[in-house]
Amino acid sequence: MLKNMLLSATILLGASVSAQAACNFANTTPIKVQAPSFPAWVAVTDYMKTCGNVQVELDLQYKEKQPAALAAKPALYQFAGLAVNSLVPLLNDGTVRPLDDLIAKYGQNLQPNQLIRIDGKVMAIAMMVNVQHLMYRRDVFADLKLAEPTNYDELLTSLAAIKKAGVMQYPMGGTYKSGWDLATDFVNMYFGFEGSFFGAGNVPTVQGDAGLKTLAMMKALSAYMDPEFLTSEANTVQQQFQRGKIAAANLWVTRAGAMDDAKESTVVGKIAFAKAPAAHAGGKPATTVWWDGFAIAKNISDAEADAAFHVAMQGISPEMVKANNAAAIWLIKGYEPGKYAVGAAASAGAGAPPYPATTAMGLMHTALGANLANYFSGRETAEQTLAKIAAAYTVAAKEKGILK
Amino acid sequence: MRGRVFLGFIAPSLVLMIIFIALPLVSVAWQSFHATQGVFEDVLVESCTPGFLTQTCVKEMQSRPVMQAGVAVTSTRFVGWDNYRQLLQPDAVADAFSPTGHGMSAVLNIDFYNALRFTLSFTLITLPFIVGLGLLLALAVDDIAHGLRGPVIFVTLLPYIITPVIGALAIRWLFVGDGVLTDAIRWITGHDVSMFAQGWTIELMMLFYRIWHIAPFAFVVFYAGLQTVNKDTIEASVIDGATRMERLRYVIIPHLMPLIVFVTMIHLMDSYRVFDEVVGFAAHAYRISLQWLTYSFLTPDQTGNRAVARASASAMLTMLGIVVLLLVPLRRTWRDHRGKS
Repeated sequence: MLKNMLLSATILLGASVSAQAACNFANTTPIKVQAPSFPAWVAVTDYMKTCGNVQVELDLQYKEKQPAALAAKPALYQFAGLAVNSLVPLLNDGTVRPLDDLIAKYGQNLQPNQLIRIDGKVMAIAMMVNVQHLMYRRDVFADLKLAEPTNYDELLTSLAAIKKAGVMQYPMGGTYKSGWDLATDFVNMYFGFEGSFFGAGNVPTVQGDAGLKTLAMMKALSAYMDPEFLTSEANTVQQQFQRGKIAAANLWVTRAGAMDDAKESTVVGKIAFAKAPAAHAGGKPATTVWWDGFAIAKNISDAEADAAFHVAMQGISPEMVKANNAAAIWLIKGYEPGKYAVGAAASAGAGAPPYPATTAMGLMHTALGANLANYFSGRETAEQTLAKIAAAYTVAAKEKGILK
Repeated sequence: MRGRVFLGFIAPSLVLMIIFIALPLVSVAWQSFHATQGVFEDVLVESCTPGFLTQTCVKEMQSRPVMQAGVAVTSTRFVGWDNYRQLLQPDAVADAFSPTGHGMSAVLNIDFYNALRFTLSFTLITLPFIVGLGLLLALAVDDIAHGLRGPVIFVTLLPYIITPVIGALAIRWLFVGDGVLTDAIRWITGHDVSMFAQGWTIELMMLFYRIWHIAPFAFVVFYAGLQTVNKDTIEASVIDGATRMERLRYVIIPHLMPLIVFVTMIHLMDSYRVFDEVVGFAAHAYRISLQWLTYSFLTPDQTGNRAVARASASAMLTMLGIVVLLLVPLRRTWRDHRGKS
């Protein structure tokens, strides 16, 4: 009995020592962290916590909370975990600080690729990329002797074959939930058709040929989706895959690992990861590269900023990546791309553009999300929908002040 | 000094009403006629974002907010009816009804009218069902043996106790793509049903849900009313040979009339602000309500911006709608009130 207790005490001691060892300094300044809640952030913040005095809050409403929380004086969080699009409001409000001097002090392990520069100053640090790319059922495609689709026309042909063979009634999955998700898919396809959203002076140019082609292609794909596709987001598509209901989808790389999770998935080892299909033959992959990372609040003391950044460097250290290599497509030194990174790397390698996070784009994304559904539910024609999107954007842009 | 005593008693409540209702209302009205804009400048910005393994840098014109002492500069100005015009889009409506227009269907594609149409039909269709069903339940429970009433009342009240969003979600999960009930229907009929693939089925479910949820409220009110029906009058009418229907029509309903008006008014106000159903059923791709429209304006967009001005205008219009809707029952009670005094 005594021996057992001693043993467990030693184990506990050992555990805390090794956890302490993850951080190479003892932090004395209280730091509050807010970040999105998904596995990669759990890994990073767990490493940050080992420095001591770090209080972590992970949730999915970070986008709504951060602008107000960082505008407070002093800011409610020193450290804000964010993504490419959620940095824009913070930059607009001027509530995050340039990091150049802190990088000089603590950023020896950072790679040039991780530094998010706005007008010469580093305003945020990226730690991982996220991209939607093609996942498909290797076994289904092989059974029907279908090749890996490289563009959406080929994918449509494959889908028709799968449906005709009676393997699945709705072989396609899509993150087409009305709102942000549907808009993101539109943006991906639109760039695939070489569309551009704005002319000089932020005038919307969405009502063109590329817009019509995008809508037509998305509608063609939706014919192979479960009819309730307008309520389907990434979780839905992931589950459809895991339950063997769909054979292909353009899905976030962060979802790749879940396909082989034997606890949830019935298709372990059967999903292949490939680069996002091009919108037309010979085009670039129709997807956009997003990054996740963090920024440091401006309305805090320099000592706090110093401590927050120092702790953050422990969070995104090469040791953390070594221990959590499969949790994300890390941009951090020491990352070894595994099988789940193949599709993302191939997409980026073939020239998928970064998501162009600007104020105008934020307004356009919102206008797209609010107005696309009417086209897919058949209430409006493509021309009407694009006209409404341009009008909604114009109203919002004038209200915001970026359009004269 | 009765007037003074009266004033003394209502003063605290009056003060609170002014602070928490009147002043916010004035502020919303004020905001609905103003617009706040950021001040932006166009600058050539070089920004770098990570690709995979290499960095992508672009130089482009971007609109950047003008900063003063670290705070973005904004300007607020009076815009008259602009916010209302953006909601109501009178030009688009005129277009729709011009000879070349698409008529009503084009009007209903404008968010505000789409929301108004749904909100109104939602309110007016559920109303008779809730009053009728509540009355039926009350009469039925009033008829059963005393010993059973407690448990029956409890069970009948259950739908009303459930948190609206939870109830809506529960029904949604029953009927969604591969929910328990849809699978059962598929198994029985051999047909694949998709309740969430078109607007009218979702609308039907929302109507059903609201009736299921609120009818118990009407039931409790009517049941309480039934306990105060004069037993002598009932017995007298029985002796006079009145049938059950006649008793209901000439004795019970007139007795319950004030309660029916009460339930009607509460329900009109409540369901004109329908919101939970739209969220719970994730219906916004197909059906939106006026309250949801206001909410969507207030939700920060991808730039962190809230369309406060348009939200205020939409809130004002919603309020106006409730007042108009309540005029009918209110006029009736007013007449009754005057008739009695």
